[in-house]
Amino acid sequence: MSMASAEISPTVVDRVPLRIRLANRGLDGVTLLVVPAALCVVLLFVYPFLYGLFLSFNPREGSLFANYAKFFADAFLYETIAKTLWLALPVTLLNILISVPIAMRVRLIRRQKLLTTILILPITLGTVLVAEGLLNYLGPQGWLNRTLIFVSLIDSPIRLVHNYWGVFLSLVITGFPFTFLLTLSYITGIDPSLEQAAATLGANARQRFARLFLPLLASGLAITFCLSFVQAFSVFPSAVLLGAPAGSTRVISIAAYEAAFEQYDYSLASAIAMIMAAVQLVVVVVVLTGRGFLYRGATTGGKG
Amino acid sequence: MEQTQSVATRLWATAVWVVVGFFVLNLLAMIATVVVNSFATRWLGTWLPAGYTTRWYFSAWSEFQLYYVLIVTFQIVGAVVLLSGLLGVPAAYALARREFPGKRIVLLLFLLPILVPPMTYGIPLTTVLYQSPFGGTMWGVILANLVPTVPFVILVMVPFIEQIDPRIEQAARVFGAGTFRLFAHVLVPLLIPGILAALLLVLVRTIAMFELTFLTAGPTSQTLVVALYYSVFAAGVRAGQSIDAMAVIYMATTLIWLLIALRFVNPTQIVTRAKRQNA
Repeated sequence: MSMASAEISPTVVDRVPLRIRLANRGLDGVTLLVVPAALCVVLLFVYPFLYGLFLSFNPREGSLFANYAKFFADAFLYETIAKTLWLALPVTLLNILISVPIAMRVRLIRRQKLLTTILILPITLGTVLVAEGLLNYLGPQGWLNRTLIFVSLIDSPIRLVHNYWGVFLSLVITGFPFTFLLTLSYITGIDPSLEQAAATLGANARQRFARLFLPLLASGLAITFCLSFVQAFSVFPSAVLLGAPAGSTRVISIAAYEAAFEQYDYSLASAIAMIMAAVQLVVVVVVLTGRGFLYRGATTGGKG
Repeated sequence: MEQTQSVATRLWATAVWVVVGFFVLNLLAMIATVVVNSFATRWLGTWLPAGYTTRWYFSAWSEFQLYYVLIVTFQIVGAVVLLSGLLGVPAAYALARREFPGKRIVLLLFLLPILVPPMTYGIPLTTVLYQSPFGGTMWGVILANLVPTVPFVILVMVPFIEQIDPRIEQAARVFGAGTFRLFAHVLVPLLIPGILAALLLVLVRTIAMFELTFLTAGPTSQTLVVALYYSVFAAGVRAGQSIDAMAVIYMATTLIWLLIALRFVNPTQIVTRAKRQNA
């Protein structure tokens, strides 16, 4: 199959048909099968995104940056960034912090399928159903408050819906399984013989985790953090249904939605969507570069 | 490794399982709340409802025009599954079998729609769709839903195709099969388990895909999950039990397909890629 020697002299190259030369570079009929799918993504994802970027600089009225100026001048709009971060960052951190020890434990058991099946439920059912379920379950007459009163932990029902905590808990219910399953797949991907070697050399469980697993997991956990954060940052249905959509949980998605479908200002809505993407990108970049600073020293001993 | 378990290790293990148990308990109780409420005659300030009835299912069926909504849902989901299979599987084959210049860029192109959340690209996408004839129609919803599903099919299928011995295809080529016959007679039969798994996952994800459908759907192209959102949003207009009856119908449609899907895939595949296929 190798035709690399065909480039010895230009005359030889000329005699080889274009089709063969393209095929040698990997371009033939089979490669073209990628075109329809790529076209679909370009037309339905890349083009709208670029169009949105373009539209955001073409405001209804005012200059090039009028939409962005409007967003950062109006507290009702720019506060949504802080409010969304205030939800998404703690939830993502909490989900990662509980996922790692649980995944470390679950990797040792053989029958993981039952647990993973139960955990897949909230992801499959989606945020709308979780929001409807939590409205009843966390409500003042719901089973959670009843149980807490029954065991005398509290005297009167605590308010968990239509405020920050309702959205927080719904993000834990849908976000924890996602974070956990990602973490589990990274942890089970680590060669168990490495841990056996560390144990043979006398490392206890804590040392094995800190010196072996954590450095090897660093990049996986960073990616897990980014994916979970991006999901939590774009929270929409539960912020409306379970939160206070005009108050403490007026997240950035709500602002974008209202601009598009209540004020019909698609230009401003696109600008908010671009700001949403930019904030996500900033956090992702910070996390991915931060990983390098944190664990640069420790990973060097892993491969030898 | 586990022979010398100290008290601290055992306490730690117990604590971990307590947290897992607490989470699962709350999750199941939340789902049970919805199911119990949908059968309740009256449920105010007690542990369990005063009595049980099935009439909320009949009222939900007529009030929310569920027959129509279910038809629309299955039309949309069916079209999305079919189209993402037709677009995704050949592309995955090309990516698994060929090295070509710019392949990394193409891979990045297919990775981005999965990494970027739907709410972020959904609003510009809706703007574009409303400028085309597809805005607010069923086709607009189908097109929007293809954005995450086509890359998803590709990412699931590429490792699956890579594990199939390329000599089988070379043999077919030697015997004179063209690309189409190669697909129809050799590859598709070999790939059926992988395609089935990928498409079932697409099915489950599309039924539950709220954001994109919500943004792009018009009044006649609402799916079940969007109809559920609107009914919860306007809670108080209708009886809570009626909304919960609809939620149970939604749960049933999703979970039936999830159960079928789980016969073919590992649950973790819904979140992560099929990289541990052979494990």
